[in-house]
Amino acid sequence: MASEDLPSEFDVVILGTGLAESVVAAACARVGQRVLHLDRKSYYAGSWASFTFNGLLSWIQEHTAGSQPETEELHDWSNLLEDGEEMICLSNTNSAPFSNVQVYCYTSEKDEEEEDEARSPEALNTTEEEGGRGGGDEDGVTEPAESHTAELKEEEEEEGGERRQEGAADAQEEEREEEQEEEQVEAFPSRPQVSWGDRGPHQLQKTCGLNILHCPITQAIQTEGEGPEPESGQPRPSAAPSQSEPVKKKISYAQLLKEGRRFNIDLVSKLMYSRGSLVDLLIKSNVSRYAEFKNVTRILTYRHGNVEQVPCSRADVFASRQLSVVEKRKLMRFLTSCLEETQEEQAFAGRPYLEFLRDQQLGDNLQHFLLHSIAMATEDTPTEEGLASTRHFLRCLGRYGNTPFLFPLYGLGEIPQCFCRMCAVFGGIYCLRHSVHSLLVHKDTNRCKAVIDSRGQRISCSHVVVEDGYVEAARKPTATPTRFLSRAVLITDGSVLSSESDQQVSLVTVPPSEAGGPSVRLVELCPSTMTCMPGTYLVHLTCQSVSSAYQDLSPVVTRMFRTPESHDQEGRPSVLWCLYFNMADGSAVEVEGHDLPSNVYVCSGPDGGLGHQHAIGQAEAIFHKILPEDEFCPPAPNPEDIIYDGETCTSPLGEEGEERGEEEGEGEGEGAGEEEGEGEGGEKEEKEQEEEEEEEEERDGEVQEKQSLKSEE
Amino acid sequence: QHGRVKIKSTAQQEEEKRKEREKKLKIYVAARDACFSKRREGVWDDEALQLTQQLLSSNPDFATLWNYRREILLHLETVREEDELQKIYEAELSFLESCLKMNPKSYGSWHHRGWVSARLPRPDWARELSLCDRCLSLDDRNFHCWDYRRMVVKMSGVPVDQELQFTDRLIGSNFSNYSSWHYRSTLLPLLHPESPEPPSPCRQPPQSSPPPSPQTHSHRVCEEQLLKEYELVQNAFFTDPNDQSAWFYYRWLLGRAEREEMISCVYVSREEERVVVAFSRPVNVIFTHGGCSVGLMLVLDGQPQRVEWRSVHPHFKHSPICDLPPGTISDITNEHNLTVHWTEKHTHRDCALYTGRNESWCRDSATDQELFRSELSVEKTSVLQSELQSCNQLQELEPLNKWCLLTIILLMRALDPLGYEKETLAHFQTLKEVDSMRSAYYSDLCSKFMIENTILKMEYAEVRVFSISDKKLTTLCHLDQLLLVTHINLSSNLLQRLPPQFAMLQCLEVLEADNNCIENLEGLYHLPKLEEVYLKNNKISKLADLQPLVSCPKLKHLDLRGNPITETTNIQSELAELLPSVTDLLL
Repeated sequence: MASEDLPSEFDVVILGTGLAESVVAAACARVGQRVLHLDRKSYYAGSWASFTFNGLLSWIQEHTAGSQPETEELHDWSNLLEDGEEMICLSNTNSAPFSNVQVYCYTSEKDEEEEDEARSPEALNTTEEEGGRGGGDEDGVTEPAESHTAELKEEEEEEGGERRQEGAADAQEEEREEEQEEEQVEAFPSRPQVSWGDRGPHQLQKTCGLNILHCPITQAIQTEGEGPEPESGQPRPSAAPSQSEPVKKKISYAQLLKEGRRFNIDLVSKLMYSRGSLVDLLIKSNVSRYAEFKNVTRILTYRHGNVEQVPCSRADVFASRQLSVVEKRKLMRFLTSCLEETQEEQAFAGRPYLEFLRDQQLGDNLQHFLLHSIAMATEDTPTEEGLASTRHFLRCLGRYGNTPFLFPLYGLGEIPQCFCRMCAVFGGIYCLRHSVHSLLVHKDTNRCKAVIDSRGQRISCSHVVVEDGYVEAARKPTATPTRFLSRAVLITDGSVLSSESDQQVSLVTVPPSEAGGPSVRLVELCPSTMTCMPGTYLVHLTCQSVSSAYQDLSPVVTRMFRTPESHDQEGRPSVLWCLYFNMADGSAVEVEGHDLPSNVYVCSGPDGGLGHQHAIGQAEAIFHKILPEDEFCPPAPNPEDIIYDGETCTSPLGEEGEERGEEEGEGEGEGAGEEEGEGEGGEKEEKEQEEEEEEEEERDGEVQEKQSLKSEE
Repeated sequence: QHGRVKIKSTAQQEEEKRKEREKKLKIYVAARDACFSKRREGVWDDEALQLTQQLLSSNPDFATLWNYRREILLHLETVREEDELQKIYEAELSFLESCLKMNPKSYGSWHHRGWVSARLPRPDWARELSLCDRCLSLDDRNFHCWDYRRMVVKMSGVPVDQELQFTDRLIGSNFSNYSSWHYRSTLLPLLHPESPEPPSPCRQPPQSSPPPSPQTHSHRVCEEQLLKEYELVQNAFFTDPNDQSAWFYYRWLLGRAEREEMISCVYVSREEERVVVAFSRPVNVIFTHGGCSVGLMLVLDGQPQRVEWRSVHPHFKHSPICDLPPGTISDITNEHNLTVHWTEKHTHRDCALYTGRNESWCRDSATDQELFRSELSVEKTSVLQSELQSCNQLQELEPLNKWCLLTIILLMRALDPLGYEKETLAHFQTLKEVDSMRSAYYSDLCSKFMIENTILKMEYAEVRVFSISDKKLTTLCHLDQLLLVTHINLSSNLLQRLPPQFAMLQCLEVLEADNNCIENLEGLYHLPKLEEVYLKNNKISKLADLQPLVSCPKLKHLDLRGNPITETTNIQSELAELLPSVTDLLL
């Protein structure tokens, strides 16, 4: 597979599999363009990706100082230049937009029970069996680069995930590594830990906390297999914080590793507005059939040191215990009346939304809810902007549930992949760990005529779409992004607001603690979103960077959760593990004005907004530049109405026969496609099986229903 | 280029679909015919079960097939073992589930499910209950499911408190749901019945000393729970004051049960030798020749009388009237004791006619009965008062909300009908403006309240004169309360007719009804004492309209000025012929 050449001619070559690029890819393929879609990473979705826990650890390793990504050898492919062409090299380093990556682990390395009992071989086996899923993610760095071409042709393949593209050989390799990993884990018991035992638990907590805070876990991981380490260099149990809760056993780091595949940790934290551009596009294009969604079940806010529920739907307002009946009426009246424009609001144009809210005689309670949680604005946001976001919020309410938001099962990284899949269904060709070395530009027209891929193949094309990270800094209008986002990812052992159901998906708005500071958005995901292991919650924090992610977000974490740093936080969920990092804010990345040929289009990375408007808008704009006449993502036909060409064609209609014959002549990529088909079939079965199990779980317990998007009648 | 996708043209798709449909139809028709012929031949076998299943799963609303299916199952009951039957019926239930997926509101499927569940040898009610919950979570207003659920609950004996929690849940997820609120109203009296202690003093208004009113029977809820319910329902109507389901429930909470059926008044007139009976609630009296089917019996001075009961008006059958045999009570020097027995209800009413008196009565007065508070009446005035405050608060926020206005009016009436008269009228005015579609309804309701107030005033004044002029009355009601009135003034209102109930005014001597829109005098029927009728400026246009007056023997004075009828030629002589008793005729 690796040695096969790609076709030498495409209409559109797309670099990067982030959301915007993937949407462009799907849109182009859908209207008949020949699309080549490449990503130099071993995984899909670039900065939009979701990782298993172990995958994320590899990602962290890749992004911490000291671990340089392997640089490609330099090639001189100038011999591929034709007359009148010049070569623009693309950035070949992983100039990833991530910085200040810091990791803290507040849980014990391993289960206390496990210390006593020797690991049985069965345990080993089970872990191995779990090996299939998400394998590509964590092993990417160590595996030799390899390209995969994905062509999904058959109906059934549409149902399988194309995200798992490991061949049989890879799987074996994985298994081997898996075993190694197991051994590493097994190595833990031999560590000298006895010395902890004779100290009092309280004291222990203190010292451990201190130690750990200055010890990014990456170091620990790097040295894991290498025998005993100085104690200060290791993650520790923060020990049972109080004897009063002996029942709840803290999940150990070893368990997180063992169950690592149950995590799908997004680099970007966003939600989907029920009537936002992404949901509309998913429905319009029928891409929604590739994914499942869950409702965000609660909108919460942090106020006066407590987490409170924000009543935003009619049922919430009715049930709210914090609001008086008069407040209920005022809130409902404001929410219904603000959907229509009034004279009053024009009088407040340019003045802060907060003033407008005050003028409406809404009390402090309601002002807080409306400003911070519903409009998600700040105290200086102008009225028209505040009202616009309030309206957007309200329009999205009730379409799929009692909050305006949806979250895709298995994480946001699924969404770009769904569009890639649509692209592949319509003939797009996919290669991961494969990039473009340079663009070949016709000097006279300043148009890119072809690209040279990372293996030195000349591929002609009419349009090129690149993710910002593929462009050399020198060609950008501004060398570095002007704005950054601060992100934190926590694995906790409980919800920030416990309720009857432990399967809540919550959005928490945390207003700035002091005026002018960033307001923090917190998304808490439960295990039924398929993003974390049972017994844990996955918490994403996001804000505009003021300084480093740790400085921006750790105060919020300390206040809202129990960490070794926080005091007097009885009843708050404990943080087991957390990651801080900064990333470029895509909305601050200029996509125009690059020193690039006119038919090369740049996509910025993910932005800091809650919704997906930025990326979808960008994708649509690029599509219209490439194909001004064509419709953007028209509805895909039903699978039964698609006639596939090639040998797998089962169409009963004779008239298609001729064209089919032609196609067969070009059978190059098909073998690969078929092979992959099988591989994916296997993956698919496994995924389905998993899903069945999950469904059973659902039937047994609580759990909200999964949403599949449907356009309303 | 391979991998290009071809999409079938719409014409191709259409054609394929058409063929598909035709094929399906053929199969369906064939199966249907097979079923019918099997049924005709009386075949009750497994094949028939299969055939009907096939048909019903695509069309679950085919009643004949469900009937046939039941015939087959009944037959199988006679020939199969119980275990086998259990299996058959269980299969039937899972088949029904697929039918319900097809049409969750299929009458046939739900009915059949009820039938099967009742016949299942070992029913699994928990499963049925969870099926209902599932259906209701998809559509909380599916009344078929509500219906079936009631049966399941009854059969399986689900505890009431659990059911109340169930309504909590449904109301919590969407309070616009009559079914849930109503269900609540049936559960609460069971779970939190009103304490059985005798009516406490605070229930009685201070002015009413004699008999405590036992007329209300208790479908009521204890006060503690009631207060919780008020809070719940207030949350609903403050959240969405335009949702009427909460308001209806609120009115149920505030309202009191209907009065018990009893004799509310017995009137006896010596001159007419006549007895009139009025009931507390409209009683459908069917008058038969030679007796009364309501089972009224008149006992005079210890002697049961054979009297013939008739109604006061042919179109108003709620008030029986009877003439005593001539001479029985005509001697003014005699004292008589009457008792009217209502044998059907085991109740009776006494009335004494003293020497020297021409008439006598025994009645419950409106004031004693708090009759006009019956729309709403809660145990404690303080509770009502605080409810009124809440509603006023809401009304300040939502000055044009009709439900709120109406509820305020009802609360005011329950608290102090006379004291709040002015506010009530103002609220009615707003109501008519904001809800102009129902302005006639509000006018009628307002008329009713004004009449009630006038009755109260009359009773406090202890007179037999009823005067309610210039109050924009559109309708007349509570006429049974005016049995004893001798003089009525209805001038300057918007009345269009004097309804049959008007015949209840057996003591009426003077009727003033100038300046109305009256065109119908139906109710002026056999009024034995009526002498003067003032109908200036009304809409009486035909001689036939005056026909009812013929039955009033003492009519002497009739004012018809300003009526269209005066334009008729020869009217004077024709009237003289029609109403020979009238001596003063004003045209």
